Amino acid sequence: MQYENEMRLEFLSKSSNEAFARVAVAAFASQLDPTIEEIADIKTAVSEAVTNSIIHGYENRMGYIKIFAGIIGSTVEIEISDSGKGIENIELAMQPLYTSKPELERSGMGFTIMENFMDSLEVESAPETGTKICMRKTIGAERNAQQP
Amino acid sequence: MELEFITESRTLVVRIDCELDHHASDTIRRKVDAEIQRLTPRKVIFDFSGVSFMDSSGIGVIMGRYKNVKRANGTAVMVNVRPEVKRVLEISGVTKLIPQYENLNQALQNV
Repeated sequence: MQYENEMRLEFLSKSSNEAFARVAVAAFASQLDPTIEEIADIKTAVSEAVTNSIIHGYENRMGYIKIFAGIIGSTVEIEISDSGKGIENIELAMQPLYTSKPELERSGMGFTIMENFMDSLEVESAPETGTKICMRKTIGAERNAQQP
Repeated sequence: MELEFITESRTLVVRIDCELDHHASDTIRRKVDAEIQRLTPRKVIFDFSGVSFMDSSGIGVIMGRYKNVKRANGTAVMVNVRPEVKRVLEISGVTKLIPQYENLNQALQNV
């Protein structure tokens, strides 16, 4: 795919990098002139995906998380991937309130939030290989729809 | 994070002052639980005026504390929740369980 702009990030699966990752992606997406709400949506979705990689993918062991973001027109595409343990049952993992780690007080809302805050969400995963999340959001979609 | 205990009404005010994500959640959980155990408050008020960001990890922390307080026959409410944080609470169904008030005074009068 031909992106008009691209960026890549790679960082260790430390929880202190969660804020760094969401702020970096939001800053990259800000060239599309998003509203405060759209920026908050992107930050939250990125935070969910990165947190999933840290807690579930690497189970708090150290590994690398990669982020790719690309811009096509007014759409930002964000890919977040890890080389962790993968998701056995994607359908189950995506169900609202489902969590494989209730003992850690996980709310089970991560995927639901990603789906709600972004326009599209795709999950690819293979056990012992890793997980890749691909999300897209068109900036200004609501504003454009409201115009006559 | 600031913790303030109002003795006469046995109210614990928890003023969270950070981005409420997985990274922050462990510390908040530990400190708030220690205070709840020590003071056994009847009411816990989470003041969110300093929370500019929250994701589902924050939901887990708030729901967990809410359940603990409930179990001890207490109540928990939230005040000063910003719109971007409110959206996460709404999607997660938290707004249906935990009452929200505009500000601290309203909560102190009504709870």
